[in-house]
Amino acid sequence: MGADFVMLGLVPLVVGVLTSVACALLGNFLVLRRQALIGDAVSHVVLPGIVLAYLATGTVAAGAMLLGAGAAAIAALVLIEIVRRAGRIEPGAAMGVVFTALFAAGVLLLEQTDTGKVHLDVEHALYGNLESIVWFAADGWGSLLDPAALAELPPPVPRLALALAAVIAFIALFWKELFIGTFDPGFAESVGARPGLTGFALVVMVAVVAVMAFDAVGAIIVVAMFICPAGAARLMTDRLLPQLAWSVAFATAAAVAGYMLAAYGPLWLGFASSVSAAGMIATVSGGILALACLVGPRRHRRGMQAADGGA
Amino acid sequence: MLDAFVAALFLQAGYNTALVTAGAAVLGASAGAIGAFMLLRKRSLVSDAISHATLPGLALAFIVMALATGDGRFMPGLLAGAALSAGLGLVAVEWITRRTRLTEDVAIGAVLSVFFGLGIVLLTVIQAMDTGRQAGISGFLLGSTAGMLRSEAEVIAVAATLTGLAIFVLRRPLTLVCFDQEYAATQGVNVRATDLATMALVLAVTVIGLKVAGLVLIVALTILPPVAARFWTNRVERMVLIAAAIGAVAAYLGAVVSSLGPGLPTGALIVLVSFAIFLFSLVFSPLRGLLAGQMTTLALRKRVHERQGLLALARDEPIYDPLTLKVLRRAGYIRADGAATLEGRSAALAATREEALWGLYRKLFPDQALNADYHGLTPINEALPPDVVRDLEQRCNLRAA
Amino acid sequence: MCVFRRLKIRTMNAVTPQLVARDGRKLARENVESPFAISGLTVSYGGRPAVLSVDFVTPPGAMVAIIGPNGAGKSTLIKAALGIVPRLSGEVTAFGLPREKAMARIAYVPQRASVDWDFPATVIDVVMMGYYRRLGLFRFAGTRLRRSALACLERVGMAAFADRQIGQLSGGQQQRVFIARALAQEADLYIMDEPFAGVDAVTERAIIAVLKDLKAAGKTIICVHHDLGTVTEYFDHVLLINVRRVAAGPVDEVFTIDNLQETYGGRLLTAENAGGVAPASPQAL
Repeated sequence: MGADFVMLGLVPLVVGVLTSVACALLGNFLVLRRQALIGDAVSHVVLPGIVLAYLATGTVAAGAMLLGAGAAAIAALVLIEIVRRAGRIEPGAAMGVVFTALFAAGVLLLEQTDTGKVHLDVEHALYGNLESIVWFAADGWGSLLDPAALAELPPPVPRLALALAAVIAFIALFWKELFIGTFDPGFAESVGARPGLTGFALVVMVAVVAVMAFDAVGAIIVVAMFICPAGAARLMTDRLLPQLAWSVAFATAAAVAGYMLAAYGPLWLGFASSVSAAGMIATVSGGILALACLVGPRRHRRGMQAADGGA
Repeated sequence: MLDAFVAALFLQAGYNTALVTAGAAVLGASAGAIGAFMLLRKRSLVSDAISHATLPGLALAFIVMALATGDGRFMPGLLAGAALSAGLGLVAVEWITRRTRLTEDVAIGAVLSVFFGLGIVLLTVIQAMDTGRQAGISGFLLGSTAGMLRSEAEVIAVAATLTGLAIFVLRRPLTLVCFDQEYAATQGVNVRATDLATMALVLAVTVIGLKVAGLVLIVALTILPPVAARFWTNRVERMVLIAAAIGAVAAYLGAVVSSLGPGLPTGALIVLVSFAIFLFSLVFSPLRGLLAGQMTTLALRKRVHERQGLLALARDEPIYDPLTLKVLRRAGYIRADGAATLEGRSAALAATREEALWGLYRKLFPDQALNADYHGLTPINEALPPDVVRDLEQRCNLRAA
Repeated sequence: MCVFRRLKIRTMNAVTPQLVARDGRKLARENVESPFAISGLTVSYGGRPAVLSVDFVTPPGAMVAIIGPNGAGKSTLIKAALGIVPRLSGEVTAFGLPREKAMARIAYVPQRASVDWDFPATVIDVVMMGYYRRLGLFRFAGTRLRRSALACLERVGMAAFADRQIGQLSGGQQQRVFIARALAQEADLYIMDEPFAGVDAVTERAIIAVLKDLKAAGKTIICVHHDLGTVTEYFDHVLLINVRRVAAGPVDEVFTIDNLQETYGGRLLTAENAGGVAPASPQAL
């Protein structure tokens, strides 16, 4: 593994790990708040977002795409909340209503628009293309210390590094609010911890990360990254901070193993071409979750005796 | 354009189109009906897991058939593969929810994304294969009825009809289990088997609908019509019927419009028609709609403030609440400076009397008052028979004297 | 006579009954003494009243039971009064201030069943939540607060469980953890939603001992309560509601057969003779 790896393999690997870890950290709270499917809803509406951005600007520049996707994601969150409250509909169904309708609108717009010339297809938005991120300026491990080469790093790397930093800062700064508001929203309200605001900030962070990531890993794989490492971590420990640590470890392992298997696995088996790295990362993270479900030390539900009461 | 639309609407636009349209309508009805049961059991998004979990099965079936026969596009084979892997996904959701502390939303999200991821891995394998004509598969992602083979359309129409029949036959146990599991069990319904049947039917609808709506959008067929139907009734049987009707209309219209030309994907159109019906229901339903709800809430607020204000007037107490003041001023009960008018005086007296009569009624007939939900805001003359009111008045006067 | 007796009780308890003073300062000025004054509070659910125009002025240092049948709006009343659910009309003041300005002096104990006890937290983590207001944004608790959290656990006999995961506790122990969290808030008014629901006898005794201590220290306590059999023993004031306020006042004046009948309906008292003590659990009937 030499210069080729640094040029072709290192950056996708790093992007995979950054995305995976950022998603997993937020995923811990989504899993505890029974909002695991928010990630699913948000990542589906990326499609109408980018189509609209393309229609509005006529370009497929990353900035416009990200803005469009972000706007669509926030709009979807607000819509879900409106439908849930105004229609008194259970959250799962409210999400289903909103994201399918927006996705359908995206598909229709896409078909109505002549996008043949540009790289704007549904499949790309859905399952990304991690392998296409190449660090052309790199010519070996030495490039990691070479400012000129580092300046040429593909934009997803700094973008996702920034996203991860934002996620870590968000969780660190609002740890108490997230903790109290997730456990006991009524009490949180009574002590002024603003659970509603915290909850909204959390889903906005989820939307931001999903949007930053869809370009590289695809919208639906992002869902696996939000849920699987955090879900597996939930089965390992009974405390929140260790759970976050476990989820980071699982996310990293899934990203590294998934990428390696996708890029080199088929070659080892004697096939000529590699398979989808993003898909493989999702698969590996699913494998980790399955293992945790089978042998995780804290896999069983607790607090059941609360239901019977001590009476 | 209009001619083509009318022709398609009345199934006059060729055998294939007519078949697809009719098949889609039956499929929409089945999906709406079974989705209603899912919504009532708060499991709407299970169908999302099922639909995404079809992808690896589709891909694997394609690979196997391509290796064996050279052509992977044989539709019944693809559907069988899809059903198999979707069934596996369903089992995984159930198992995770039952056996671990993870909640159902986590199980659904994990299964849908991981199975989809695996499906994408297999798709890249297909792309690399020599026989790799991915066209057979990509139609399943977003759905397409254009270019659907006659045999495919026939498979869809027949399978959708069979599923619809199965739902019709099973409607009674399904309804009972939705309503109250324990009661259903006492009525001799096997709850576990009914649950399995529900899931099998959702799975059937999903797999059949793949080619029409695509695996990302098929879930909408089982969610949107029932959610829209929920606004129009509080009864299970009616809700199922309405959901089936909405599903059928949306699918029919979607298929008709989509047959008019290129760039009009069936799945997306069906979903958008359903969504339009949902939006209409959300806003205009007299039962649970936004407008009606907002109006009853506003009316209640006005009545509460008016009553509070009048009682305060009767006791010569100052009123501060701006809304109460506004309500009283609008009704002409107080002047701009806050002093009570003549009408205000008599209305205040009447309100006090109402309160006293209702209070006495609640004392004398606590059970009736509690059961009937009379909280004293309904005028007593409207709520109770005249002789009871007269009796109450007499007692009240007696006590006052 | 009953109508007028009822009105009299109202005027005695609520300084200005049926008065809606959205201008909270006015209500506050009139009820400077009261730790918690509610006026004209209405909550609607889907266009129907869940709580209708309820007035209640809590006397300082009182131990108040809010009682009423299931679905009578007891929990909704306190949640709306604390600003946790939106209200349609009404005003709430605490300690002579608009309620939201006095929240630092109020400790709220939600229903035990309202949270997920499988949550990844330990007993001490939950008690430390009581220090949220003292810490504010961006600050974390130190060892000093941990020590005082342990002292709060000591008061409910749970110090030995400090590092247990909360899912391992029995229902009664969970309730005591909630009480310890309220103690950590060092409030002057404690509002509790069904603190005795589904707890064992040991816990019930432990909680009531703590509540009596608080009362002795001049604190005010308001509990949503379901066990009519213990009302006279535990509480000195009572608020009977069934969507509307039925009656409110000192237990010996207000906790009467007549009022209970009006709150719960006649069936409750058919087998019971006079004395104001009703069967233990109306819900079971």
